[in-house]
Amino acid sequence: MQEMMKNRAKALLADGTVSRVIGWRRGEFSYDVTPAVFETAEELERDFVFDAFCGANVSKYLIRESAKDGGRILAFLKPCDAFSFNQLLAEHRVRRENVYLIGIPCAGKADIDRIKKAGIDGVLGIAEDGEDFVVSTVYGEERVKQADVLAERCLACKSKRHPVYDELLGEEGEDLPDDVRFAGVAKLETMTAEERFDFWRSELSKCIRCNACRNVCPACTCENCVFDNPDSGISQKTAADPFEENMYHIIRAFHVAGRCTDCGECSRVCPEHIPLHLLNRKFIKDIDELYGTYRAGEDDGTKNPLTSYTEGDAEASVVRERGRA
Amino acid sequence: MQVNENETFVPTIVAFCCNWCSYAGADLSGTNRLQYPSNIKIIRVPCSCRVNPMFILRAFQRGADGVILCGCHPGDCHYTTGNYYARRRMTLLFSMLDYLGIERGRTRVEWVSAAEGQKFAETMKSFAAEIAALGPNRRLEDLRCRK
Repeated sequence: MQEMMKNRAKALLADGTVSRVIGWRRGEFSYDVTPAVFETAEELERDFVFDAFCGANVSKYLIRESAKDGGRILAFLKPCDAFSFNQLLAEHRVRRENVYLIGIPCAGKADIDRIKKAGIDGVLGIAEDGEDFVVSTVYGEERVKQADVLAERCLACKSKRHPVYDELLGEEGEDLPDDVRFAGVAKLETMTAEERFDFWRSELSKCIRCNACRNVCPACTCENCVFDNPDSGISQKTAADPFEENMYHIIRAFHVAGRCTDCGECSRVCPEHIPLHLLNRKFIKDIDELYGTYRAGEDDGTKNPLTSYTEGDAEASVVRERGRA
Repeated sequence: MQVNENETFVPTIVAFCCNWCSYAGADLSGTNRLQYPSNIKIIRVPCSCRVNPMFILRAFQRGADGVILCGCHPGDCHYTTGNYYARRRMTLLFSMLDYLGIERGRTRVEWVSAAEGQKFAETMKSFAAEIAALGPNRRLEDLRCRK
């Protein structure tokens, strides 16, 4: 796959269709992969990688990149990135004419922490092989079941289909059932309020307010964020007590409610491993249940549930009634 | 939250009232000499839709034990559609608070028109009683803001 992508990118650079390419570049370690822009075939040859560690969603970078003059940019999008891109497009945040999209298939991305937990150290590289990952390490090759080391967001993948692309490499996939995706939320919902409170207390109290979840989120694209406002009282500092932790995460999730494409980047980048997508998914699940199924980034003509309404909407008391049932 | 000499709990309640219906409804209950609990602090907003989820969280931070949002009945909004949007937002916000384990009874939305002074007083009495029964807000408070 990596060679196919490299060759296609070089061909498009050579014939002048695009002037640069956004993809992934290896960092200090093989699993430490970051999005990067490549301008020449030499750079591509040297640094471009695509493997199971390339989990980063590059769609947010296209806001800045597509606003630049000087030719189109080629972007490789996994299905979840394509949903995020399509949502940005619907919000007029990217200039479509400046972007050339190649959809690439995704079988799920590996979570380095789970690989380490499985007892594999000194990771040098990773390759997919059927149901397994073959991990090369300084101690030799190790084989693990993909299901054991995939990122949580990938185990609950919502779709293998690209809602937007100019061309596809590989086969187009299909939507996946939602019940797996909402299993984590449903499990929390069956707990008592005390248990839920304790669960979130133990998770959110780990928050160091690094703002990584906000910075990486492809839906968080405001130029001026409420959390950067010094008058907000919660700007750029460690959450001082349980209230601020709750407040920050409720507001963060609320601001992307109805626009979150559930790409799971927030959980991926969290240095404290807080399952932040469970907050976003709760909003998605509620919206689906109360206002009809809505998929941000789908662009199928359905209106954003928070900027539309119907006269027969449920009253807010539905939350309490649901609890009594 | 405040505790008087007899150590009975008197909750602090914040009521966001829309300028056009509920605030006038509160006014009407006053001119009709209908009593409602004095621990309800009314904040006037131009429309129920003006209420940002942050307002509600901030009220809890600064010591509220319960927050109620009152607006025009659906269909009667002065700005035609504001309360419909507010209804969706508040439903999702309350659901999220519940998901985080905050007691369900602490938040409420009621539609009170300018003609419903009676309903305003009744709503506030029942809400105040419910919050008093729930006790002080401990799960969503800011320790630094405690008096």
